[in-house]
Amino acid sequence: MKFERYGIGIAKGMALTFRHLFRSPITIQYPDEKLVTSRRIRGNELVWFPEKCTGCATCAKSCPQGNIVISTHRGEGSKFEVDIFEIDSGRCIFCGLCVESCPYDALAMGLSYECAKYRRGDLILSKEKLAVSANHQPSAYYRPQFEDKLPKQSLLLYNQAEGGQKLKFLPLSKRKRGSGA
Amino acid sequence: MPIKTEPFYLNIGPQHPSTHGVFRLRVALDGEVVVGVEPIIGYLHRGIEKLAETRTYTQTIPFTDRLDYLSSMTNNLAYCLAVEKLGGLKVPERAEYIRVIFSEIMRISSHMMAVGFFLNDLGAMMTPVLYMWREREKIMDMFEMVCGQRLLYNYMRIGGVSQNLPDDFMPAVKKFLAEMPKYIDEYDQLLAQNEILLARSKGVGILSKDTAIGIGASGPVLRASGVKWDIRKMDPYSIYERFDFEVPTGDTGDCYDRYWVRMLEIRQSVRILEQAIAQIPEKGAVCADVPQFFRPPRGEAYGYLEGPKGNIGFYIVSDGSIAPYRLHIYPPTLINITALSDMVIGWKVADLIIIFGSIDVVLGEIDR
Ligand code: SF4
Ligand code: SF4
Repeated sequence: MKFERYGIGIAKGMALTFRHLFRSPITIQYPDEKLVTSRRIRGNELVWFPEKCTGCATCAKSCPQGNIVISTHRGEGSKFEVDIFEIDSGRCIFCGLCVESCPYDALAMGLSYECAKYRRGDLILSKEKLAVSANHQPSAYYRPQFEDKLPKQSLLLYNQAEGGQKLKFLPLSKRKRGSGA
Repeated sequence: MPIKTEPFYLNIGPQHPSTHGVFRLRVALDGEVVVGVEPIIGYLHRGIEKLAETRTYTQTIPFTDRLDYLSSMTNNLAYCLAVEKLGGLKVPERAEYIRVIFSEIMRISSHMMAVGFFLNDLGAMMTPVLYMWREREKIMDMFEMVCGQRLLYNYMRIGGVSQNLPDDFMPAVKKFLAEMPKYIDEYDQLLAQNEILLARSKGVGILSKDTAIGIGASGPVLRASGVKWDIRKMDPYSIYERFDFEVPTGDTGDCYDRYWVRMLEIRQSVRILEQAIAQIPEKGAVCADVPQFFRPPRGEAYGYLEGPKGNIGFYIVSDGSIAPYRLHIYPPTLINITALSDMVIGWKVADLIIIFGSIDVVLGEIDR
């Protein structure tokens, strides 16, 4: 292919690349700094509220992977007591259909997204692991009642003046590499 | 005197950076010139069509995400259109607009990936991809805000969408649309006149108009060959007849045209989005009243739409139970790669890589 003036296009592109040297960064140093995720995040660990759950098993029926295990026995009156409630998060595809289908708001998606485990057995979430605790909170996916309690998502669309994420050069001395685990 | 030589067979893939997934190309070479090519597919087969037969209609939606994972929203939508056709459901007005908004944002995001990786194959290692990802990250943020995930959205539902838009969404998408034309100009400044790109892609891998129609190609691959065919215009689904936009076409059908048609389509998508944002009703239901275990009447339906890669369709046969009797997926990229041998014969190995990249394949969809 013949060009009349070779190099003009490349020079134009280079000019653009050069301009980018002087703008603020658009990335963060992940394990040290973190962005705030969406309030509706479908995070890794589901949250289950035993006091609200009636053991109806609608969630188990609506799961496309069939990985919610529920076993109940009849307690006082017509109430069902839940003996086993287990979700295998290794098989879960985090589709959120179980949360959508629960008629009593007893199940919610979790907020966490870093859930590497050393053993496969740790992936199975039993009743204790599904309960709410300080670092295991429900997200607002299909549960708008939790929406106000959660921090606002940091959108890269906005710069800092508009209430967006603070993006700056992190000096090398501040970086703590390998301290994440 | 010409020396008669044996063709040399080279396997590209299944694990090769230029194959965009797990895909094997058995290439017959004469020196460096490609004389034959045989695509071998199936490495990513998960049997989604068969899985759907044992799932309810709603439970199949998350599996459609995993077909073409770079345009999950349009896959969800095509499936939902098919089920709605089967059940004769009516979608609320606001939900229709939300569907259009997300289909178009998805198209922008998918085309950015396509163009970025096409240039990556061309040797512009990661730089254009990262320029485009800067905007794609903003799109991912918006998806995350609405449906909680960044790749596998599972947002469309039979009869509407799963949840209403959060309050932050409208200001964010308006800001995005105001900025977007500036960024597209930036990509064009970086790429459109670049001599290396022009020299490598102009006139390379020409797909003629007749061949493109003959094999049933669709999407940007077909339009780059000069065929003005877009289902949004020809057979409007959802509410596309309300929007004013053009269908960009190329003239020669070479790799550059396929790149350029995608860039023009991003601009048209921005246009549709601006109109949709202006027209969307403020309030209203976002999903029709559909039971969780939806039972459509016996029959069959085909729902299809213009996805970012082409015409994606779902053919469903119902026997009146809660699960489809048979689901068939019509994948656009599988049809488009059948044109590969028409395009690559006679070109060098380096050109084979960029011709393959210009088709914009996603193996999740080819192998299903
Ligand atoms: S998120 Fe989806 S896959 Fe996971 S337990 Fe719930 S329904 Fe099943
Ligand atoms: S659907 Fe809700 S109430 Fe019923 S068993 Fe599941 S978590 Fe409990």
